[in-house]
Amino acid sequence: MSVWQAFIELLRRDLRLAMRRRAEVANPLLFFVMVIVLFPLGVGAEPNLLERMSAGVVWVAALLAALLTLDSIFRSDFEDGTLEQLLLSAQPLSVMVLAKVVAHWLVTGLPLLLVAPLLAMLLGMKSEAMGTLMLSLLLGTPVLSLIGAIGVALTVGLRRAGVILSLLVLPLYVPVLIFGAAAVDAAASGLPVAGQLYILAAFLAMALSLAPVAAASALRISLS
Amino acid sequence: MTDLANSTVHLQADSVECSRDDRLLFENLSVEVSGGEALILEGRNGTGKTTLLRILCGLRRPDEGEVRWSGVPIEECAVDFHRHMVYVGHLDGIKRELTALENLRVLQTLSGRGRYTIEEALEAVKLGGFEDIPVHFLSAGQKRRAALARLLVTDARLWVLDEPFTSLDVHGIELVESLMDTHLSAAGALVMTSHHQVHLSAGVVKRLNLSES
Repeated sequence: MSVWQAFIELLRRDLRLAMRRRAEVANPLLFFVMVIVLFPLGVGAEPNLLERMSAGVVWVAALLAALLTLDSIFRSDFEDGTLEQLLLSAQPLSVMVLAKVVAHWLVTGLPLLLVAPLLAMLLGMKSEAMGTLMLSLLLGTPVLSLIGAIGVALTVGLRRAGVILSLLVLPLYVPVLIFGAAAVDAAASGLPVAGQLYILAAFLAMALSLAPVAAASALRISLS
Repeated sequence: MTDLANSTVHLQADSVECSRDDRLLFENLSVEVSGGEALILEGRNGTGKTTLLRILCGLRRPDEGEVRWSGVPIEECAVDFHRHMVYVGHLDGIKRELTALENLRVLQTLSGRGRYTIEEALEAVKLGGFEDIPVHFLSAGQKRRAALARLLVTDARLWVLDEPFTSLDVHGIELVESLMDTHLSAAGALVMTSHHQVHLSAGVVKRLNLSES
């Protein structure tokens, strides 16, 4: 049985599971929408102010929504013992971890990416910045899932992992947030954005190659 | 893959030691099991039966000593070892939202195909007709049997079972015992813990009491 087949099978399993617990999946998306919709009500509907803040608000909301869902990457598998079986499978664990992270991103990251332009429009973001917003989220949100997987893998054995998970993961999220929001800001002011996007792409390349291995080792420690 | 499958099954723990929370569970413990043999771990609660099983299947590393599969330390032949070993622990390792069929298909893809197809395996554990129902709707005993069907769908030569009879009724226990007999007479090996009396008619049965060591 090839590694690729196992990757696809595990990815399909996680997507099928997501389909059967739709409410859980809709949660982060609702959170994302609510934060952005409530924001103008809180700070006042002054168009200039909202437009200037829109990049940061969308990015912060996406980041917190991602943080909210992290635990689901490994928690339920840990509780019902399927994670043990994954560790004992005849496939490289890092590839299996990658399959789970990809599934997590497809279920939680991709929907955010798709509704983001609508919500950005709500905050009055300039239409020139929309493309960059999508691109920065496309490069940035997978990094959030990948880094988050390491944090969850380390804390999955603990009973109340919420706070420690945030403490572990948030500092690593900050660079993604800074460059993501900066790219959108620059695009809104008509400045070149290639630099910020390249850095986000570099983060993604690094996270893609290192995070699955790190998360796999962390899982081995958590389950021993 | 094939040369290991054809060669004799041999798992050996060489003077392993393990302590948990500063309490020594066992030290200088050596056990081995080969094809056609069943090793039954006995002992009171908290004597480290589950811990020893987790060490034997590679989920946990012993503090001292090592575990060898056909003479090779299991960390060095992890993929081969895992292909020929199946572990059913306290947790069923079954997704409640998925059907038994879907669950087993994933496990089979992860660990390689065995002698039985998934349908045959479900039939063998008397779950025929339940394959398309999410496991969530099955009873505890049926769920356990779905977990035990895992023993049949891969080509595992070594079964490591932690309390396999939990929540099974008398018929279920007999059924699993007969599966174990078939496995042992096909030169498979078995390591298990159980609070129930285990009646095996095939193979050589070895017992190890951890309370006494």
